[in-house]
Amino acid sequence: MDLAIATGIQALTGIATLLLISLGLAIVFGMMRVINLAHGEFLMLGAYSAILAVQAGVNLWIAMLVVAPLCVGLLGVVVERLVIRRLYGRMVDTMLATWGLSLALIGAVTMIFGNTVSGFSAPLGSVRIGAYSTSGYGLFLIGATVLLLLAVWAVLRFTPAGLIARGTMQNAGMAAALGVPTERVYALSFAAGAAVSGLAGALMAPFSGVLPTMGTAYIAKSFITVITGGAAMLAGTASASVLLGGVNTLGTFATTPVLGEVLMLAVAILLLRLLPQGITGRFFRRAL
Amino acid sequence: MPGEGPGRASANGRAAFEAALGLLAAGIAAWWLPQMLELFSIINATVYTAMAVLALSLALVWGFGGILCFGQAAFFGLGGYAYAVAALNLPDTTYAVPIAILVPSLAAAALGYVMFFGRISDVYMGVITLTVTLILFNFVNSTAGEEWRIGAAPLGGFNGIPTTPPLNLPGDPGTPLAPEQIFVLAVLCLGLCYALCKLVLRSRFGRVVVAIRENELRAALLGYDVRLYKLGIFTIGGAMAGLAGLLFANCVFVSPTMFSLAYSGQIIIWVMVGGIGTLLGPVIGAMLLQALTAWVGTLPEINPNLILGLVLLVAVLAIPRGLQPTVAGWLRRRLPEDAA
Amino acid sequence: MHRRTVLTAAAGGLAAPLVFRHAALGADPIKVVGIHDASGGLDIYGKPMVATLEFAMDEINAGGGLLGRPVQLINYDPQSNIQLYTQFATQAATRDKAAVVHGGITSASREAIRPLLKRYNTLYFYNTQYEGGVCDRNCFCTGSTPAQNVNRLVPYIMQKWGKKVYILAADYNYGQITSKWVVKYFREGGGDAVAVDFFPLDVTNFGPAIQKIQAAKPDIVLSALVGGAHVSFYRQWAAAGMKQRIPMASTTFGGGNESLLLSPEEGDGITCAFSYFQEVDNPANAAFLQKFKAKFGAGTPYLGGELAMRTYVGAQLWAEGVRKAKSIDRMKVIEALESGIGVDGPPGRTVLDPKTNHVTLDVYVAEVQNKGFKVLQHFPGSPPSDTQSVCDLQKEPNANKQVVVDVRI
Repeated sequence: MDLAIATGIQALTGIATLLLISLGLAIVFGMMRVINLAHGEFLMLGAYSAILAVQAGVNLWIAMLVVAPLCVGLLGVVVERLVIRRLYGRMVDTMLATWGLSLALIGAVTMIFGNTVSGFSAPLGSVRIGAYSTSGYGLFLIGATVLLLLAVWAVLRFTPAGLIARGTMQNAGMAAALGVPTERVYALSFAAGAAVSGLAGALMAPFSGVLPTMGTAYIAKSFITVITGGAAMLAGTASASVLLGGVNTLGTFATTPVLGEVLMLAVAILLLRLLPQGITGRFFRRAL
Repeated sequence: MPGEGPGRASANGRAAFEAALGLLAAGIAAWWLPQMLELFSIINATVYTAMAVLALSLALVWGFGGILCFGQAAFFGLGGYAYAVAALNLPDTTYAVPIAILVPSLAAAALGYVMFFGRISDVYMGVITLTVTLILFNFVNSTAGEEWRIGAAPLGGFNGIPTTPPLNLPGDPGTPLAPEQIFVLAVLCLGLCYALCKLVLRSRFGRVVVAIRENELRAALLGYDVRLYKLGIFTIGGAMAGLAGLLFANCVFVSPTMFSLAYSGQIIIWVMVGGIGTLLGPVIGAMLLQALTAWVGTLPEINPNLILGLVLLVAVLAIPRGLQPTVAGWLRRRLPEDAA
Repeated sequence: MHRRTVLTAAAGGLAAPLVFRHAALGADPIKVVGIHDASGGLDIYGKPMVATLEFAMDEINAGGGLLGRPVQLINYDPQSNIQLYTQFATQAATRDKAAVVHGGITSASREAIRPLLKRYNTLYFYNTQYEGGVCDRNCFCTGSTPAQNVNRLVPYIMQKWGKKVYILAADYNYGQITSKWVVKYFREGGGDAVAVDFFPLDVTNFGPAIQKIQAAKPDIVLSALVGGAHVSFYRQWAAAGMKQRIPMASTTFGGGNESLLLSPEEGDGITCAFSYFQEVDNPANAAFLQKFKAKFGAGTPYLGGELAMRTYVGAQLWAEGVRKAKSIDRMKVIEALESGIGVDGPPGRTVLDPKTNHVTLDVYVAEVQNKGFKVLQHFPGSPPSDTQSVCDLQKEPNANKQVVVDVRI
């Protein structure tokens, strides 16, 4: 029984991690049909802003939960202005431009902080579950992810801004005709996606260690998760995370970390072969 | 660009002429450069050339087939590993050459079958090619244990296969090729691949492939089996990437980094900067950007990623058509009589 | 800083590939090339190694150079990228025409450059503890091997903590082979391994592994994990509250400056065996550290376990060989080195074994204490018996391989 609970918690941690690192990308993709390949670097910058804030004496929680999303969100505004806005409707060009941005950010951060691993230890100590013990921070991560997902959902579902956002997402032309400033909606969506990525990067930092190239480890996974999820950004990403994250963690338990990851990727390919429009192209179609 | 020429006959003639010109340039480079360069530069130049072949393979698949492949490095790596494993097992490494081209071709055909016959399009195709590359990387990277060997060749995991033997003179296993000879071989391969691309695009098959890129629905309604044509061009691209892997294995050695995301990305950047829908552009793009990366790598304060990233960003924003079309267009405006 | 200056110096060939061959002048300095990862995931080992190599060369120059010529050190930083290793090794051999190359940290990087340097007839020193078995007259391995370090570590931890071990190792030849040695020594002592898990070098999430260890209930966890990414294992281990429950030993921890990256709560008590620790207490070491700190001042790197010190000793051994050969000719230096040269230094006495081109050295067992090490045991004069059992360069001078020692388990 203890083992089942401990394993379940690990699986949930894996799922939450995947969801966390994918959510920012999903918001941008879902709202704007833009694939931001600098997403991994937004995560990385979130982690670095948290570390810098902690080193400057800011409280750890404020650094992770406030400073990181704020910094990266602001960066999102700038990037949207300078790059994304010029390339609306050109999906491949946007991917390439943001890829360029990704490389440039890695290069710039390497020049400033050096190509070396830094990090801080996870707070919250450990929790006992019968004969097993697990880190309290892992549990916090699961809770934080669920809360974040609910918050994004609530904003989209219940606020006037959310209504406008959903309208623009479904039919940008019609929304514009009704007087919605779609450009501003896009700019805000991109900034929001960036802020969520920054938050995710900061939350991941105690587990993963922080280095300039850490984003490259995440971008492929989050890209695959979002696309496998399909058009509905929250339901799609959540269901894909559950499936892929679950397969990854349980596969890792049953075999090795490598096989666990290979298994997850194979499931993603199988899914796309069977559901070429992603999970939400077939199921949960009307969800967000 | 094929299909845009004034008349079919003259376009054909021009393609053949350009193919011959490419071969001639390769011949001159192969004869002249080894006399000029010191050994270290020759080895570097061989790597550049192998990469140019790789860029050419994606130029064909993406620029003319319209298939954005995020995993061209997968075929590059497969070609390299197939060569290394075969060369370690066979008495004469010459026999490893067809294997190194066949294995990635088959892999490309299999992957292409899954994608094109599954009607997977666009960004989903990008994800699948990317995922396959990641799987290969993960797999090869975890073959360090001694149970992972094929015949006499241990796969070596993270290490790769440092003992990758170089090609020998055909029929004479005791005489491995010198670095200079491998350079000549690489340059000739590049010339041949360029000529092959020109000829493929000039053929009926190539014209249909370009027609599909221009408008898939129209081509389908005209009665062409779009899936088969895409499969064909994708497989040719895979074979060419495999050849690049073979050349690379001959001047460095094979290791899992050949399958890495960084390689797949670089190839796309070369093609993009050189000019999508051209052949010479990506070759030049590959050479220029590799030289740039190497040069920036020696600058004290600047990280090469920063420059490479900015180059790509600026290329997408400022010269979306790429170097070759932009320069060619500029020349045509300057020298109107030459464009006739 | 050194990396930058050197990269600028190296710029010539890359920026201008059309450099013509020219003959070296007799009065030129003797060129020594160092190839160490000063950035990337392996920089925790590479940075201190670069520093000690620089220190050794300065010391040689301060003593009047070698054969009346100064030595010139050229450092390359392959950024934890194997491909760059091959590039820089080729560069060192074919363009710099180096008299000797010191470098390589992981066994993967060594196996990448060793055949190249042999092909281009350039003498090679590999100064890192590793899994043993390299049999190549052109390559001198000055670090300790499992018969020297694991052989001492395992009996100590078995006697102290118990007989059941859970092994976590980096997934490349070092981890694969070293884990076999650990199992062998555990079985010889009447114990056994409950499991061996391998992790690619870029893995950072050890959550499932930690659960698996708890389910297996070992007496000891032994880590042969390598590099910056794997440091997160120790963090996650402590965060899961496991540190108080299962003690840990490592064949790699502290080889570089890992101990500095962890807080005392996370690191204290991890037990390791190396052929040197900065805390080794003898007059030679005290004198060395004093001069070393004088050179680097506030930026003095922490040396931790043996990697950086072995680099210093490797440079000393090479210099002794040149002095004895009275030449930098590769074969003459090899023959001089094989005459059984030894040096006394901070880690104790190091003697070259002409049969294997490995070294006989002192081994220490120590545990992490407050970001440093506390030395517990000292074993002088341990021979490289693992490599000796499979390699005899006197009989087989043309050998060029790494023999995987058949570990009978």
